[in-house]
Amino acid sequence: MKRLLSGDLPRSKVLAVILVLVFLGLAAAPFIFPGTRSLNVAAKVAVFILLVASYDLLLGYTGIVSFAHTMFFGIGGYGVGIAMSKLGSGWGSLLLGISISLVVSLAIALAIGLLSLRVRAIFFAMITLAVAAFFQILASQLSDFTGGEDGLTFLLPELLRGRLTAYYVVLAAATVLFLALLRVVNSPFGRVLLSIRENEFRSEAIGYRLVTYRTVANCLAALGATAAGVLYALWLRYTGPDTTLSFNIMIDILLMVVIGGMGTMYGPVLGATLFVVAQNYLQDLMKLASGATSGIPLLPQVLHPDRWLLWLGVLFIVCVYYFPSGIVGRLRR
Amino acid sequence: MKTDWIPLAVIPLLALAALPLVGSVPTWVTLTVAGLAMGMMIFMMASGLTLVFGLMDVMNFAHGIFISVGAYGAATVLTRMGAQMQGGTLAGDLSVMLPAVAAAIALAAVMGWFFERVLIRPVYGDHLKQILITMGGLIVFEQLIHVVWGADMIPLPRPGAITGSFILGDAAIERYRVAAVVVGLVVFAALWIILNRTRIGLLVRAGVENPEMVESLGYRIRRLFVGVFVAGSGLAGLGGAMWAMYQEQVTPAMGMQVLVVVFIVVIIGGLGSVGGCFVGALLVGLMANYTGFLAPKLALGSNILLMVLVLLWRPRGLYPVGKA
Repeated sequence: MKRLLSGDLPRSKVLAVILVLVFLGLAAAPFIFPGTRSLNVAAKVAVFILLVASYDLLLGYTGIVSFAHTMFFGIGGYGVGIAMSKLGSGWGSLLLGISISLVVSLAIALAIGLLSLRVRAIFFAMITLAVAAFFQILASQLSDFTGGEDGLTFLLPELLRGRLTAYYVVLAAATVLFLALLRVVNSPFGRVLLSIRENEFRSEAIGYRLVTYRTVANCLAALGATAAGVLYALWLRYTGPDTTLSFNIMIDILLMVVIGGMGTMYGPVLGATLFVVAQNYLQDLMKLASGATSGIPLLPQVLHPDRWLLWLGVLFIVCVYYFPSGIVGRLRR
Repeated sequence: MKTDWIPLAVIPLLALAALPLVGSVPTWVTLTVAGLAMGMMIFMMASGLTLVFGLMDVMNFAHGIFISVGAYGAATVLTRMGAQMQGGTLAGDLSVMLPAVAAAIALAAVMGWFFERVLIRPVYGDHLKQILITMGGLIVFEQLIHVVWGADMIPLPRPGAITGSFILGDAAIERYRVAAVVVGLVVFAALWIILNRTRIGLLVRAGVENPEMVESLGYRIRRLFVGVFVAGSGLAGLGGAMWAMYQEQVTPAMGMQVLVVVFIVVIIGGLGSVGGCFVGALLVGLMANYTGFLAPKLALGSNILLMVLVLLWRPRGLYPVGKA
């Protein structure tokens, strides 16, 4: 067990219990929460855990802010989507789509990294924002290729068509990749990333090349996001701008990683679970609250079901100020 | 310091290079005026951002909110007082436009003050947290816009005096675009005079160069910070109001959409440089309009291309500022 988690144990009883519950909940989701909606939620949780964990490698462990993470997520989704809808629904085109999207992601991440990671964190954040916006435009403009705003619907190979099989494939892949990311951050390489985050000058003085380490971290995070994109496309059997590329998803990722806890791979697990569940079920709760307060001015609008993001935004700000390592950091104290 | 004219020369060069591609002179004139107008509006929105960065080393990712709030402020006044615009006289239009623009600036400035005070002050000097906090502010305030003004698009009628166009030779020139160019030039001139010819401007420029020194000479740099932040937010509000009247509509997400272009302009100009921001904004505006005519599919990507080209030429932007 310790080996499986790369020696990075939860270090908190409550956290350990929650993690086990999340894992068991996901593993048994088709049986304990029957219904299409809950299975969708479970699959989304699994995919987003991987996506957010790969973002945490960048934000929490390396200390760089990227706004292009959804772009890599989208490359994974579109890679599979385009290959499956143009070349037919065989295993060959699936593998081709996956490998092409991984290579493209790697190349773009490398280029962005080498061009802009030499400069300051803010510069990188701005450049990635611009590149991601560009990619979004590209996807909607090249509509012959990407389906434009409508996106692409496609069929999967025979074996993956069953919902249950698809779910477990997604869950298994996400789990394995999450454990791989855990391995990365607990390797000597991960320690160097932490040292760069803590003290740039000192790490450089000791002899680690900042650009190299940051770029490699950027590439690994990009690959993780691409894999998550592939899994999400496999689950939805659809790829479109709103499910992968939209800036709203980038904001969701930020919320998840910060609320869950930056710089702790378990943070993303908690953050993603909490967020996706809230996204799907909090609105119902708020509808009740909004109805109950309908006599009072302004309060019903603030508690309106569509305003759930407002409250998560407030929670986000509170987290950045008072709990820099989020829920996980709090539990570990 | 010697003035660096080369980036300035790029603007007419770009315009001239586009002439043979566009092919017809009247179209070219129309496009150029449109590009300059767009550039001026972007400049108004971007100048505050770059000044704030130059002086305080804060990159405000929530700057788009000030743009949206300015637009909504103007829209509220314009729709409330719409009746007065029916007369069609210049005086009647101005009596609505000026309060609308004033409301936009005031609203954005107040929000800027609140933002600086509550959100940004505790995280000076920590870039990672600044980015995160301003993103958080963006989320919360965008939601608050939904709460106050609703999520739907608000159509914005443009006052009569600045709609329509006049004919110059064979070229049709929209009045609103000329007005935007004039306002933009006035803003740029005012900023230039304040920064270069007044004591406050001297302090701001000194603060950009070396804040510790200014502080040790006995000036309260904190007050300067707040002042610049509020002024920058107000300018963003003005730009947002002008942009909204240009688009004739307001949406909650508009600030964020424009912000990408604003960032590109700030990067092109050199982080912290007002002059660079001006040149960058005009380049981006012209580029967007020319490519919008020549190759509509590329129009939005052309800004990225421009940014890459500029960064290959001058990796720190057109006019690099000491710290960046």
